[in-house]
Amino acid sequence: MRSYYAANWASFTFNGLLSWIQQYQEEPQPKEVQDWSSLLDEGEELVYLSNPDSASISNLQVFCFTSEEDEEEAQSSDLPNPTEEKAVNEDTDVKPSADSNEEATTEKQETVGGAEEEQLQVTPTEGEEQDTDKPHLSTAQSQLEPTRKRITYAHLVKEGRRFNIDLVSKLMYSRGSLVDLLIKSNVSRYAEFKNVTRILTYRNGNVEQVPCSRADVFASRQLSVVEKRKLMRFLTSCMEETEEHQAYSGRPYLEFLCDQKLGDNLQHFLLHSIAMVTEDTPIEEGLAATRHFLRSLGRYGNTPFLFPLYGLGEIPQCFCRMCAVFGGIYCLRHSVDCLVVDKDTNRCKAVIDNRGQRISCSHFVVEDSYVGKKAAAPRRLLSRAVLITDGSVLPSDSDQQVSMVTIPPVAARYPVVKMVELCPSTMTCIPGTYLVHLTCQSAGSAYEDLAPVVTRCFHTPDSPDQENRPSVLWCVYFNMVDGSGVELEGHGLPSNVYVCSGLDSTLGHEYAIRQAELIFQKILPEEDFCPPAPNPEDIIYDGENPSTPAGEEDEDGAGEEGKREQSQTQE
Amino acid sequence: MSLQETHASQSMFLLDTHCQRKEGILDEEALQVTQQLLSSNPDFATLWNYRREILMHLETVKEKDEVQKIYEAELAFLESCLKLNPKSYGSWHHRCWVSARLPRPDWSRELSLCDRCLSLDDRNFHCWDYRRMVVKVSGVPVAQELGFTDRLIGSNFSNYSSWHYRSTLLPLLHPESPESPSPSHEPPQPSPSHSPQTQSHRVCEEQLLKEYELVQNAFFTDPNDQSAWFYYRWLLGRAEREEMISCVYVSRDEERVAVAFSRPVNAQSVSLLLVLDGQPQKVEWKSVHPRFKHSPVCICDLPPGTISDITNEHNLTVHWTEKYTHRDCALYTGRTESWCRDSATDQELFRSELSVEKTSVLQSELQSCNQLLELEPLNKWCLLTIVLLMRALDPLGYEKETLAHFQTLKEVDPMRSAYYSDLCSKFIIENTVLKMEYAEVRVFSITDKNLTTLCHLDQLLLVTHINLSSNQLQQLPPQFAMLQCLEVLEVDNNRIENLEGVYHLPKLEEVLLKNNKISALADLQPLASCPKLRRLDLRGNPVTQAANIESELTALLPSVTDLLL
Repeated sequence: MRSYYAANWASFTFNGLLSWIQQYQEEPQPKEVQDWSSLLDEGEELVYLSNPDSASISNLQVFCFTSEEDEEEAQSSDLPNPTEEKAVNEDTDVKPSADSNEEATTEKQETVGGAEEEQLQVTPTEGEEQDTDKPHLSTAQSQLEPTRKRITYAHLVKEGRRFNIDLVSKLMYSRGSLVDLLIKSNVSRYAEFKNVTRILTYRNGNVEQVPCSRADVFASRQLSVVEKRKLMRFLTSCMEETEEHQAYSGRPYLEFLCDQKLGDNLQHFLLHSIAMVTEDTPIEEGLAATRHFLRSLGRYGNTPFLFPLYGLGEIPQCFCRMCAVFGGIYCLRHSVDCLVVDKDTNRCKAVIDNRGQRISCSHFVVEDSYVGKKAAAPRRLLSRAVLITDGSVLPSDSDQQVSMVTIPPVAARYPVVKMVELCPSTMTCIPGTYLVHLTCQSAGSAYEDLAPVVTRCFHTPDSPDQENRPSVLWCVYFNMVDGSGVELEGHGLPSNVYVCSGLDSTLGHEYAIRQAELIFQKILPEEDFCPPAPNPEDIIYDGENPSTPAGEEDEDGAGEEGKREQSQTQE
Repeated sequence: MSLQETHASQSMFLLDTHCQRKEGILDEEALQVTQQLLSSNPDFATLWNYRREILMHLETVKEKDEVQKIYEAELAFLESCLKLNPKSYGSWHHRCWVSARLPRPDWSRELSLCDRCLSLDDRNFHCWDYRRMVVKVSGVPVAQELGFTDRLIGSNFSNYSSWHYRSTLLPLLHPESPESPSPSHEPPQPSPSHSPQTQSHRVCEEQLLKEYELVQNAFFTDPNDQSAWFYYRWLLGRAEREEMISCVYVSRDEERVAVAFSRPVNAQSVSLLLVLDGQPQKVEWKSVHPRFKHSPVCICDLPPGTISDITNEHNLTVHWTEKYTHRDCALYTGRTESWCRDSATDQELFRSELSVEKTSVLQSELQSCNQLLELEPLNKWCLLTIVLLMRALDPLGYEKETLAHFQTLKEVDPMRSAYYSDLCSKFIIENTVLKMEYAEVRVFSITDKNLTTLCHLDQLLLVTHINLSSNQLQQLPPQFAMLQCLEVLEVDNNRIENLEGVYHLPKLEEVLLKNNKISALADLQPLASCPKLRRLDLRGNPVTQAANIESELTALLPSVTDLLL
C-alpha cells in the first residue's frame, strides 16, 4: 500500500527515501488472502492480483560515509573519514523523519488539482517542529564556508525535505516524445526544466567533458584542431543516410567508426557518449541513436537533455494534476485486491480494494507485476545507485552544472554505466551537495555492478587514495525490474484489462510514452492522445458533481499514463 | 473593431497628434497619445521626434527627480517597443537619446539589457551599436569587453560582430611592444619613426599567437564559416607600407619628372617640392591620366631649357614635405634619363597583404591550413588563405602551387571565378615584377598566362618594353599611362576593346594589337596623344573592316609610318 504516486517513477525526500528503504528492508509480511466472493453477483468471478512491491526492488544496500553528528571542525578535517558503515535500520534516526514525511506527502496529495504553486515548496512547514535551530541558517553557513565542511548525516536528515530523490534515473531528450507530449498537451505548464549543462565521460581514469555541440567543439581544449574537424565532419555526415552507411549494414557501429579513422578520442566520444551504445550495437541502431542525440541538440541548450526541477517524479505528478483538473481521482494507500470478471463477456466489471470496497469500472490499466506469472521467466534487472556527494566529479567555474556522465565498462564483463549528477539548483539536493544517480543493466547485484564505478569516481572508505575526488556522504544501491523486456500480451486477462510494463533501462522516455499511447488507443481508438488542454480559467464546469464515482481505480501502477486515460474515459 | 476600422482610427489619431504637434502642445497627455501609437508601431520616426520635443519641454518645467522618473518610464516603454520589434531604428535611436539625457543613468542596467538582447539575437546590429555607445559612455574596461567577446564567440563563433569587436579591442589591450622589430625592411631614407596610427593596429606577438589558436579552432570546427576566416585574415595582414617616395625618374628629352609613391596621392594637393640644382622649382604636378585625381605616379614638366643641356649634370631632389621624406636623383652628363629607387624594398613590395613578424609563425600557420586542406580539399576559404600565406612567405617559391590552388578555387567556387582570375593575374604580375627586379632589366613580359586584369602598373614606371600577348585582357586601363618610359607595347591575341590607358606616353613608338577586339576608330583616339608612335599593328581587329579605315587612321595618327591592317 503506497502513500506516494507513480510507483517506481516516484521521487522522495531524503527522509521519505529512508522510510521507503526501511519498508523494503523489513520482512515482507505475507499477504492475507481475503475472500471477497461475498461481493460477487451472479455470473461473476474473482481474479486475484499479486502484490508487486516485494518483487520489483531487490538487493537494497545502504551506506553512510559521513559522520553522524556534528563534530569538531578540526577533527573532521584532520582525521581520515569516519568510515562507519551504517545499516539504516537504526531506528533512532529514521523514525521521526519518516513520520514527518508522511505528513508531507498527505499534504501534497491534498493540494493536487488545486493550488499548484504551493505544492512543491521546499520551505519547512509546521510538520518539522523539532528543528530548534534554523535550517536556513545552517545552509547559508555551509554555502559561505570556503573550506569543505563535512555535511553530517544529521544535517542530511534535518534538511531531508529539500532532497528530491528519484527511484528511476532518466533524462528528457529535447526532441524526444516526452517533451513533444508535454508541449502538445499543455502539461508542461505544471513543470519547469533545466538543461543538462554538459556531457562527461570517464576515460583513462579521468572524467572529461565530451564536446558535442558546435560551441563545445570550438571551445574544447582536449581535442586537436584536426580532431575537431573530423568530429564535426562525422556529425554532419551521419545525419543523412549514405551509401557508406548501407555498406556496413548489419555490422557493428564500432567497426564503422574504426574505419572512419577518427582516432581513439573521437571514437570513444561517439560510441559511448553520443550514441551511448555498446561495442556490439549494429550500425543502424548506432546511427539512429546518434541522430536522436544530434536532433535534440541545441533546441534548449548545449546538450540534448532536459531535467525537470524537483526531479523526474514531477512528470507523473504533472499528468496527474492535469487529469485531476478534469475530475480524475487518486486513492493513495489503497490497493486493488482482485478483479471482478463477468464470466459471459470476459470483461472486468469492477475491482475490489483491500478494504472490501467494490468499485465498478469500464477499463482497468495495471502494471504487469500485479498480474505477471511469477518466475515464469527470469526478469531482467537494472542496477541503481543513488549517492549524495559533496562535490562535482568535474569541478568547473560554475558549481551549478547538471552533468550526464557516460562510463564505459570499467573492466571486462562489467556493464556500461550511465551517471547523472544533479546540482542543488535542480531542487533535488541541498547546497553543498550533489545528487548522483547511477544506472546500468544488471550483471550482478547493484552493489557488485556499481561499487567499482563509485570507488573510481569518488572518494569513499573503499577508495581512500582518491582524496581529490568528491566524497560520498551517503549512498543506496538497489536493483529494480527492467520493464522493457516484459511481455504485455497473453496474460489471459479480461479484454478490458490493459497491462503496462514498469520503467525501462533506456535514458529517454520513448518507451513509456509509446506504451501509454498504445494502451490509450486500445481503450479509445477514436480519440486524440493527450490533446491540448484548455487554460484552467477557460474551463467551464457544468454543475455536474465532479466526485461521481470514478469508473475505475488505478493503483498507480501504470504511472501517469493510466491516470491520464482515466480522465479521458470520464469525459 | 475590424482591421480597417483600427487602421482608420489610427490614422485619425495620427492626424490629431500631427495637429497637436503643430500647435505646440507639449504636455503629458500628448506623451500618452504618442505612446499608444508607438506601442502598436514603433517605427514611426515623426512620433519619436514629437516625443523628444515633449520630453525636452518637460525637462524645463519639472523638478530633476520628476524628470528622472519620466525618463525611466520612457526606458521601460522603449523596452516594450523593442520586444515588439527588436530591430526598430526609431526605438534604438530614442533609447540612445534618453540614456544621454537621463539625469542619473544606470549604465549597468543598459549593459545587461544589451546582453539579454544579444543572447536572443547575437547579430542584432542595432543593439551592437547601442552597446558600443553604452560602453563608451560608461567607460567599461577594455579587458572586460574582451571577456564579453570571448563569451559571445564561445557560445556562437559565427558572429562577425564579435570577431570584429575583438579586433578593435586587442590593439588597445595588447599593443605591440615598441621595441619589437618592425617587420618591414630598414627604411632606405632617413625617415621619421612610424606614425602612431600605424602602430595602434598591431597586436603583440604573444597575444597574436593566442588569437591564431582561437581562430583556428573556429575554422577547423566549421571551415565554411566566413567570419572566422575574415578575422584570421585580419590577424595575418596588419602591415602597412611606409609612406615614401619610391622612385624619381627624370627624362632629359621630355624635360619631365615622374615621381612614384608608395600609395596613391592626389597630384593637385600633395605637398611636393622639387629642387633642381639647389633651386626650388615652381612646377605643376599632375596625375598621369585625367581620369584620376589620385594616383601613385605624378608627373611634372620642368620649365623649358632647364635640363636640356646634355653636357651638364643636374641634381634633383623631390621633397614630400608633409611626410618629411625626400628622394634625390642625379642626371649625369651625357645621359638622357636617370632615376633613383631602392631595390632593397622590392622583395617586400607585395607582401604587405599578409605580414607577420616572424616567418616561422607564418610557416606554422601554413602548415595547419594545409592540414585542414587535407581534410577539406574543396574548401575555398582554406584554399584562399593558403594562397595568401604562400604569397607572404615566398611568392616565387610557391608560384606553381599557388596557380594550382587558383585552378581548384575556380572549380569549387565558379560563381567567383572572375574574382579568382583577377586575383591570380595580380599575383602573376607581382611575381613578374619581382623577377624583373632580380634581372635588373626594363623589359616586362607575361604571355599566355590568362591575365584578366592589369595592376601594380606604378611598378612599371621604368619599363621600356612590355609584352602581354596571348592573355584575356579586355582593356588597357587608365593606369597604363603610368608607364612613362614605355617604347614598345605588345598585346597581340587578347580581347582588348579599349585603349584608354595608352595616353600621353612620351616615348611610345610601337603598338602591336594583332587579334583584338578594337571595333571603332574612336577607340584608337588615345593613341593620338602619343607623339612618337610610328608603328601600329591592327591586324585581326574588327575596326580594320571599316570603310576608309586607312585614310582615317592616317588622319588620326599622322606620326604612324608603319601601319598594319
